[in-house]
Amino acid sequence: MDKFRTFTGIVCPLDRSNVDTDAIIPKQFLKSIKRTGFGPNLFDEWRYLDHGEPGMDNSTRPRNPDFVLNDPRYAGASILLTRENFGCGSSREHAPWALADYGFKVIIAPSYADIFFNNSFKNGLLPIVLNAATVDQLFEQANGSHALELTVDLDAQQIRAGDAAPIGFDVDAFRKHCLLEGLDDIGLTLQHVDDIRAYEVRRRQQAPWLFE
Amino acid sequence: MKAKTLYDKLWESHVVREEPDGTALLYIDRHLVHEVTSPQAFEGLRLAHRPVWRASANLATADHNVPTTDRSSGIADPVSRVQVETLDQNCADFQIVEFGMNDPRQGIVHVMGPEQGATLPGMTVVCGDSHTSTHGAFGALAHGIGTSEVEHVLATQCLIQKKSRSMLVVVDGPAGPGVTAKDIVLAIIGRIGTAGGTGYAIEFSGQAIRDLSIEGRMTVCNMAIEAGARAGFVAVDDKTIEYVRGRPFSPSAQHWDQAVAYWQTLHSDDGAEFDEVVVIPAAEILPQVTWGTSPEMVSPVSDKVPDPRDEADPVKADGMRRALSYMGLEAGTPITQIRLDKVFIGSCTNSRIEDLRAAAAVARGRRVAESIKQALVVPGSGLVKAQAEQEGLHRVFIDAGFEWREPGCSMCLAMNADRLEPGERCASTSNRNFEGRQGKGGRTHLVSPAMAAAAAIAGHFVDIRDLQV
Repeated sequence: MDKFRTFTGIVCPLDRSNVDTDAIIPKQFLKSIKRTGFGPNLFDEWRYLDHGEPGMDNSTRPRNPDFVLNDPRYAGASILLTRENFGCGSSREHAPWALADYGFKVIIAPSYADIFFNNSFKNGLLPIVLNAATVDQLFEQANGSHALELTVDLDAQQIRAGDAAPIGFDVDAFRKHCLLEGLDDIGLTLQHVDDIRAYEVRRRQQAPWLFE
Repeated sequence: MKAKTLYDKLWESHVVREEPDGTALLYIDRHLVHEVTSPQAFEGLRLAHRPVWRASANLATADHNVPTTDRSSGIADPVSRVQVETLDQNCADFQIVEFGMNDPRQGIVHVMGPEQGATLPGMTVVCGDSHTSTHGAFGALAHGIGTSEVEHVLATQCLIQKKSRSMLVVVDGPAGPGVTAKDIVLAIIGRIGTAGGTGYAIEFSGQAIRDLSIEGRMTVCNMAIEAGARAGFVAVDDKTIEYVRGRPFSPSAQHWDQAVAYWQTLHSDDGAEFDEVVVIPAAEILPQVTWGTSPEMVSPVSDKVPDPRDEADPVKADGMRRALSYMGLEAGTPITQIRLDKVFIGSCTNSRIEDLRAAAAVARGRRVAESIKQALVVPGSGLVKAQAEQEGLHRVFIDAGFEWREPGCSMCLAMNADRLEPGERCASTSNRNFEGRQGKGGRTHLVSPAMAAAAAIAGHFVDIRDLQV
């Protein structure tokens, strides 16, 4: 995983609550056995007017002009601003893969579904929780005639926009460390091989039927 | 000693090590694997030259994109075929037991696992599928994980976790006539909302839950995730132990008594404290139908489609307007006047033998309405299918005009050929009514198996309590 660096990017406002992972990446694209290439099909059913299938040339498909991702103001956006309970539904990691593959590095919302939230960190995608009032203000700014640009500094846990006062955010210390260092969870866990083996010995005595 | 919740007991018995900030390494007893969320995990193992930690803790089957029609010529869709063949290859390479597409034990992973006794009380059970919460019905700690975590479990038999908060949902008193496990869980979601359980592990209790069969409890726990909770569970009782007895993966005779003695401790102690308690009188729960695009958008069948103008919260009202527009529904329409195009009986929520019996009891001697384009019955596993056929249920369905299919996830998520066309409206026993879930532009109403069968017969929703079965 790449290390998460401070960056400045355009904010794309997706003004819906309960955006589910079926909407983020529809099921037909889950047939891929790869981790990459999902970006062109991110929000496929909202983004295109026709029905998408794997293997189609997405550059020639009719786009929905009313969908925010197709608004020229937000071309190249790397920060997705959205509403409550983002990422609810299925556990498909294809959802953060698609968001990251499109170019999003950060999501800002008042709340997330648990599994999506967890999956995001494993893919270098930072889901930031801000209170609803702050999210409202950001929506107002992002909906203006000029795109809103924000700088996200994970190390300082701050979002900055021009001269405005920085917005602080909370992040779990362990997850922050893993993002900043680009650490692989499995490598970290395998440092504790002895603990896992000791647990298995203990557990086998207490509950031998689990090891039959 | 401090009184413990069932969640405390399940959690504490699986902690391998814990950091001062509460981040824990949690041991996983059972990992269920399917074709959609595992290929990238196996690829990751290969790239890092990592072995599978404990192959015997894994059990695999292909379910999401297998065809439910004749399988003798394989899978027609080349992309689906590659994914299913990739699972076969990965299981062979890493010595993981797999019930492949043509194995009689193949089925939806959350039907197959319990049926095999691969889910046992007190276990931690994970799978790259959000409906893994199903297995909580056995007093197990079970939840869905992403593909990175699938790889993590394969490589280490552990997950990095933080303990959730605890919620007790008490469904108090006996359930009324016509009210099934599905109606109970839809009513719970309607009450606490689709994010009401976010950050929580939910214990379901109360007489209406205790009265449910193990299959009914699986239906309830299955949809814990639709209330936002990754894990939902029910305390062990005699029904749990009887269900588990004698299954292929159940404890051998040598360890059975020891296992039962342990399982009998798997309940919340008297006086145990929860972070949140929700009490719902079972008598208030009526047969349920969803009318919107989130499982929380649900009403009793005797109600009308609600009016967004009656909703005080502007964000919610906006969501309701969007949902009604997508669903093609007018506020104020009686739910029993909503006409259907298709009916789907199946999915990890409602495709077990009791579900099929309940649907068949309604279908028996009746005919699917002329206006219904398709009514599918998709058993949850090959063994459920065989049992149903032994009981003659397939004849009941076929005689009534239903299609009797091979086991799989089918039209619950429409990854295979079973799907809705744009604008089609479906009464479905599945778990998600999201936009496009059953096919782009498709409109899903979630109901119980009996309500789905009744809707197929009438061509519109009917109150199951008005029907003489």
